[in-house]
Amino acid sequence: MMKLKKGKLLIDQHNKNYLYGGKFGGNYVPETLKKPIEDLANLFEKLRHDKKFLNDRNYYFKNYVGAPTPFFKLKNLTKHLGGAQIWCKQVSQANGGAHKIYNATVHALICKRAKKKYIIGDTGAGYAGKMLSMAAKKFGLKCKIFMGTKDIVRQAVNCRAMRKNGAEIVPVDSGSKTLVDAVSECMRYWVSNCDTTHMCVGSTVGPNIFIKICAWSTAQISRELMVQVKKEFGKVPKKLKLINCVGGGSSAMGFWNEFVDYDKNQVELIGVEAGGPKNSKRHAAPLTNGAKIGILHGAIQYVIQDAEGQIEETESISAGLDYPGVSPLHCLLKDSKRARYTSATDEEALQAFKLVSRLEKVRPSLEPAHAFAEAIKIAPRLSEDTIIAVDSCGDAKKDMKIIKERLGRNL
Amino acid sequence: MKPSNIASAFKKCRQEHRPALLTYTVSGDPDKKKFFEILKAISSHADICEIGVGHNCNTGDGKQIQNSTYRAIKNGIKIKDTFAMVKRFKRTKNAKPCILMGYYNSIIQYGENRFIKKCKQVGVDGLIVVDLPWPENKNFSKKCKKNSINFVQLISPTTSKYRMKRIINDSHDMIYYISMLSTTGGKLKVSPSEILKNYNRIKKINKSKNLVIGFGITDKTISSLKKADGLVVGSALCKEISESIKKKQNPVTKVGNMVKRLRAKLS
Ligand SMILES: Cc1ncc(COP(=O)(O)O)c(C=O)c1O
Repeated sequence: MMKLKKGKLLIDQHNKNYLYGGKFGGNYVPETLKKPIEDLANLFEKLRHDKKFLNDRNYYFKNYVGAPTPFFKLKNLTKHLGGAQIWCKQVSQANGGAHKIYNATVHALICKRAKKKYIIGDTGAGYAGKMLSMAAKKFGLKCKIFMGTKDIVRQAVNCRAMRKNGAEIVPVDSGSKTLVDAVSECMRYWVSNCDTTHMCVGSTVGPNIFIKICAWSTAQISRELMVQVKKEFGKVPKKLKLINCVGGGSSAMGFWNEFVDYDKNQVELIGVEAGGPKNSKRHAAPLTNGAKIGILHGAIQYVIQDAEGQIEETESISAGLDYPGVSPLHCLLKDSKRARYTSATDEEALQAFKLVSRLEKVRPSLEPAHAFAEAIKIAPRLSEDTIIAVDSCGDAKKDMKIIKERLGRNL
Repeated sequence: MKPSNIASAFKKCRQEHRPALLTYTVSGDPDKKKFFEILKAISSHADICEIGVGHNCNTGDGKQIQNSTYRAIKNGIKIKDTFAMVKRFKRTKNAKPCILMGYYNSIIQYGENRFIKKCKQVGVDGLIVVDLPWPENKNFSKKCKKNSINFVQLISPTTSKYRMKRIINDSHDMIYYISMLSTTGGKLKVSPSEILKNYNRIKKINKSKNLVIGFGITDKTISSLKKADGLVVGSALCKEISESIKKKQNPVTKVGNMVKRLRAKLS
C-alpha cells in the first residue's frame, strides 16, 4: 500500500519524475510545453519562499478574496437529521462565490511576476473562468477562458460575469463539449502561445506544476478551518469528518490540506464524486467506480476510459464535477487509504440542495450539494459528538435555472 | 548491423539530392477501407508514411487532425485494425516504411511490451509518442531500440540547448523538429529562413541524425524548406480528406494527387 509522509505537504510528496506514490501525476506533455512548464515550476519554487510574494498573497486573500470565510453549525439540519453535528464552512462567501478565487488570484500574481500580459484558463461550472476573469481585471491582464458549449448554456450566469469582466470566452465544441474538452483546448492554445501567455489550470489537475499551484492556493481554506475548529471546540475534535465534493479535486485538497497528517480515525476525509443520473450508466466518479489508471491532460490518474484508452464521456448535473479524471493527489489519498471516496447521484444532490436550503440560510451550488448529500446520508447513524464539516464551496446562483427545472418553483 | 528501413529511405533521398517526403494521415480516416486505399495511394509518392493512432484527447493536435481523429473513431477504428492494416500494407509492392504516431495512453492501455511486440510483428518501423517527451521516454525508447523499432523524438523551438543535446544523444535514426510554437495544422507563422536557422543549430550537434521538419507545411510552403533531410505534411492531407467528403469527391484520388504534387515540388 502507498504510504504518506508526515510533516511534508502532499503536493511535495512526489519523486524526481513528479510522480506521487511513484505512480500518479508526472508531466506527459508535448515537447513544446516542457520548457514553459520548467520555467513556471522554477518561478513558483522561488515565489513560494519569497516573503514579498507571500505577503502579497496574504494581503489579497484577506482584502480581496475575503478571509476567513465563515464556519458555523447548521443547527436546523443537525436537529432534523438527529445524529452527528453538521457544520458548514461557507467558502462560497469568498469574493466571486466559490473557492476558485484562491487559485485564480495566485495565478494572476504569478503571471505578473512572469511579466506576461495574457492569461488563459479552462472552466466547467464557470467559476474558475469567472474568478480568473476577475483576477485578470484586477491585475490588468488580458484574459481568455475556454469553455465547452454545453457548459456555456447551462452555466450562463457565470458566462455573463466573465464577459462583464472583459474576458473572451472561447467556445469549445469538440468531444463532450464540457470541461475535459475545455482543458484540452486551453492546453492547445498554450502550446501555440506559451511565449507570451500564462496558463492557469482551474483545478488540481494537469501537469505537476499546475496541481501544485492550485492545491497550494486553496490550502488557505483549511488554514482558516483549523483556526475556526480550534476556536469552536478548543482542539481538533476526537471525531471529525471533512466532507467535500470532488471534480478535479481542488476544493477538497484545500479543505483537507492541514488535516492530512491526522489519524484517519480522528479526522476522516470523505470525497464525494458525481454519480450522474440515477438510471444512467454514465457518471463522473472515477475513484468511486474503479476507473482504470491512464493519462489525461499530462498526468497519470484514475480516468474514465474505454479498453483502447479513449477518454469516455461523463454525465453529471453539476458542470463543475463533470470531468472524467481526478487529481493525482486524490489518487494518492485513495491508494494510501487516507481518504474515502464515494458518489452522490444527480437526484441525491438535488434533494440535498432542497433540504439544506429549506432549513438553513446556505444555498450550496450543485457541486457542494453532492457533499451535503453524503452528510445527510451518514449523519443520522452517528453520535452527537461527531462533527461533520461540509465545504459549501459554491453558491447556487449559477444553478437556479437547472434547480427550478428539476425541483419546480415551490422550493 | 543492417540499416533500418527508415535510415535507408533517407539515404536514398540523399542520393537523389532531395529531402524525404513524410506524410501523416490518421488510421481509419475516413473509414477503414478507404484509409487503406489512401495509404496505398500515398505510398507511390511518399518516402515514409506516418500513421496516426487517433486519441480523443489529443492536446498536441489542431482542428484538422482532431476532425480526422473523431471521424476515424466514429467509424470504428481500433488499434488491432491499425496493426492489421500495417501488416497488409507492408506486403504491398510499393510499401514504404511506417511510423505510428499517437499518444501514450493508447500504448499503456494496450500494454507497453505487448504494443512494441505487435509493432515488430506487423512491420512498424518507428514510433512517435507525442506526450512522451525526454526524459519520461527513456525506458520506452530503449525497449523500442531492442526490438529494432525507431523511437522518434521531437524537438521544438522552446527546447533548451541542454535538452536538445540529451534528446539527440538518446535518439535513433530520425528526429523531428517542430517548426514553430503551434499544435499541428497551424499556419506557418515563422519565416522559412528562421526555421532553417534553428534546423541548422540542431543539425550541427550531430550531423548523422536524419532531421525532419514538420508542422504548418503545405504545398505552398514546402519548397522553401528543401534543405532539410525530410519534410512532414499532415494536417494539409487531413484537410483534403475532410474537404473531399464535404464536396462528395473521392478522398483516395484527392489525397493521392496532393502527395504527388508535394513530391514534385521536392525534385
Ligand atoms: C463550486 C464548485 N465546486 C466544486 C468544483 C469542482 O472542482 P474541484 O473538484 O477542483 O473543486 C467546481 C468546479 O468548477 C465548482 O465550481
